[in-house]
Amino acid sequence: MDIKLQQVSYAYAQGTPFEKRALFDVDFDIPSHTYQAIIGHTGSGKSTILQHFNALLRPTSGEVHIGDRLIVAGKKAKDLKAVRQKVGIVFQFPEHQLFEETVLKDIMFGPMNFGISEEEAEARARELVSLVGLPDNVLDKSPFDLSGGQMRRVAIAGVLAMDPEVIVLDEPTAGLDPRGQKEIMDMFYQLHQERHLTTILVTHSMEDAARYADNIVIMHEGKNVLNGSPRVIFKDVATLKEFRLEPPRIVRFQQKIEHMMGHSLSKVCLTEEELATEIAQALREERAES
Amino acid sequence: MMEKMIFGRFLPGDSPVHKLDPRSKLIFVFAFIIIVFLANNTVTYAMLLAFTLLIVLVSRIRLYFLINGLKPVLFLMAFTFLLHIFMTKEGVPVFESKFITIYDEGIRRGIFISIRFLVLVFMTSILTLTTSPISITDGIEVLLNPLKAIKVPVHELALMMSISLRFIPTLMDETDKIMKAQMARGSDLSSGPIKDRIKAVVPLLVPLFVSAFKRAEDLATAMEVRGYRGGEGRTRYRRLKWDMGDTFAIVLLVAIGVLLFFYRS
Ligand SMILES: Nc1ncnc2c1ncn2[C@@H]1O[C@H](COP(=O)(O)OP(=O)(O)OP(=O)(O)O)[C@@H](O)[C@H]1O
Ligand SMILES: [Mg+2]
Repeated sequence: MDIKLQQVSYAYAQGTPFEKRALFDVDFDIPSHTYQAIIGHTGSGKSTILQHFNALLRPTSGEVHIGDRLIVAGKKAKDLKAVRQKVGIVFQFPEHQLFEETVLKDIMFGPMNFGISEEEAEARARELVSLVGLPDNVLDKSPFDLSGGQMRRVAIAGVLAMDPEVIVLDEPTAGLDPRGQKEIMDMFYQLHQERHLTTILVTHSMEDAARYADNIVIMHEGKNVLNGSPRVIFKDVATLKEFRLEPPRIVRFQQKIEHMMGHSLSKVCLTEEELATEIAQALREERAES
Repeated sequence: MMEKMIFGRFLPGDSPVHKLDPRSKLIFVFAFIIIVFLANNTVTYAMLLAFTLLIVLVSRIRLYFLINGLKPVLFLMAFTFLLHIFMTKEGVPVFESKFITIYDEGIRRGIFISIRFLVLVFMTSILTLTTSPISITDGIEVLLNPLKAIKVPVHELALMMSISLRFIPTLMDETDKIMKAQMARGSDLSSGPIKDRIKAVVPLLVPLFVSAFKRAEDLATAMEVRGYRGGEGRTRYRRLKWDMGDTFAIVLLVAIGVLLFFYRS
């Protein structure tokens, strides 16, 4: 399911003196099955954009295409359930949305709202708890008896249970321990590939954007200012600085090495493995030359 | 969704009204509410209206905010207006039909009662729009201080009030967030049969209560570790200062009270 934003602007509290414009003519496409990262300094409008992806917010001007649905400014869209089922959003700190007596019921809440049978919803819930890395016995516990990290996983399972085609993640790992962060991010990546999802990730972690994304959009003060593959985006350190962003650690490390070697490697490396291979390659070439 | 709420908001500014001490403003508004009931004829109501508009001018608040403050009571206003029009049976009939007769006295009283609503809402709105919630609470605490003699926990009440005021915007933000999160999971608060809509409130209220309790607990702990132990012997960071302007405001109010008393019939 493609998502297209065309000249989307959004203002909070529009028409009151407290009006606050958050988006200015945002314009980009997310083709089906892409892993799209959205990065930007705090307050740049990332979370505001996300809410346009399933019509929780309607643009104050411009158009949002969600698959074959069109959301335009000024017209109240009806029957958004289908859209909301297809585009699942994991909000910032999703553990705050838990409310049911048991973890099982909470995970089943989403799918049952969309008319999935109770048996099917329960089957999904049982499958998902282990997928998000929780033991089976949490299912009958109250979500409020879990740790913060466990609650986060339950909330994520609750969104995945809706079986969306597009999954939108707003800093899904903020505040988790490093190992938990990697587990969750790897899980999303695996799902992305196995289920042919479209994944949209908002993150402050350049490392995650570099490692997982096919494409990166950079937001700055409510506008999308850069759009491209990680290798292209992270190459231009000066431009990134302008938007108050730093390239991933690995890219900075590569630059240090290039500085020491006195010449550049053949490409911008996004993971440690890649960089190691590149350096080995460069050494081999150097030996061949001498 | 929640961001459209305007009633009870504070608009920082530097008009003479903004600069007044919260105590004088509180006394002023409180006394004004009583004085309003002195008016009972055209002259006195006109005086009330003119006085209120004068204060509006001095406070430099855009009419937009005051009109907005009127919205919640608009229904009540219309209702009492109509009640007076239809129920008054004095004066000269101005409109007659098979079902009802409307008298000029009814129209007069309808207009009077509407003016009464208007000035009350405007004045109280001006108070909240020009005074930060914190200074209102400070003012109330000082004004109520004499009640400590009869064991009213004035300090605790003021503290409770300022804490609730502080957390209203936070709670509204939170409501908005949770509402969106549940809507994204297919819960629907705004359409469908009533029964479903009531059911859809549970996923909103439970997380809201959980977080409110958690916040309260955190706040209590934070206050305790910083050595809070009640109002006994506690000094103030924000000092209230009564100056000429405040005295002038009170004198003005007494003057209008005397005038009303003099001209009422
Ligand atoms: N409910 C709201 N009412 C008014 N203004 C808002 C609201 N939510 C966000 N804003 C404003 O809109 C702008 C964009 O906010 P947004 O939450 O989209 O930023 P963000 O990029 O997600 O930031 P972060 O990285 O901190 O999550 C900010 O200036 C913010 O102050
Ligand atoms: Mg955000």
